[in-house]
Amino acid sequence: MVSEAHHRRIFLKSALAVISSLIVPSVGYSRWDKNAYNKTEIVASVQSVGVTNLADLREGVGKITLLTPKIAENGAIVPITVNSKIPNTERIFIFAEKNPQPLVSDYVFTPHVEPFVASRIKMSETAFVHAIVLAEGVFYRTAREVKVTIGGCGEDS
Amino acid sequence: MDKTVRFRVRVKDSIANVKAMIFHPMETGYRRDKNSKSIIPQHFVHTAIVALNGKTIMEVHWSRSVSKNPYLNIRVPGVSAGDELSISWLDNMGQSGSGVSTIS
Repeated sequence: MVSEAHHRRIFLKSALAVISSLIVPSVGYSRWDKNAYNKTEIVASVQSVGVTNLADLREGVGKITLLTPKIAENGAIVPITVNSKIPNTERIFIFAEKNPQPLVSDYVFTPHVEPFVASRIKMSETAFVHAIVLAEGVFYRTAREVKVTIGGCGEDS
Repeated sequence: MDKTVRFRVRVKDSIANVKAMIFHPMETGYRRDKNSKSIIPQHFVHTAIVALNGKTIMEVHWSRSVSKNPYLNIRVPGVSAGDELSISWLDNMGQSGSGVSTIS
């Protein structure tokens, strides 16, 4: 005889299966991801690009070169350069920790381009800039602090 | 071809050092117009596709936190003279543009 508890377990299992099939993995998702770009807090922002467990982030020092100025007098133009030495780098994400929406940009690489990018970003205030690299399903992170004299998201930009 | 993308490409050891600039206001939606005091709406390039001879080699996603007139520096290995490098962009208001540079 099948108990009610057993039925409930089966129901829960199938419900979970349905729910997990609805969650689209952000890994390999290469369109502009509105959900990730709208997150307003750094942890939620990092999680939304696919780092579901922050403890899974590997140390990127020595593997990722992140160049930023120590002091940015104008937060509207902060030059950043990221160079990944990690084999099969698929993606680089840039975060400015204290911006209203921390995810600043992401770059999807193919083997036809080097895992290198330089650009210019806006920073609202002094904060850490994080570069997260995705390679073969593993996320690596490195960060540098940029001191911002005049914020670059509002009136002064 | 519009003039929204400007290229500077230098090739060394068949690696193209590509510096591109897209002319775009990249409005955050936080700024106010100096005269009317009304909020200037968000207006930013969210996607740019880099292609070599028509084949996508890189996809770029930006937010309004990317500086005005976005600058992109990338390195493309294995290029030869005559290769066509293009960048096509799309913004949140449905505007788009593109530019092509021929490797010399």
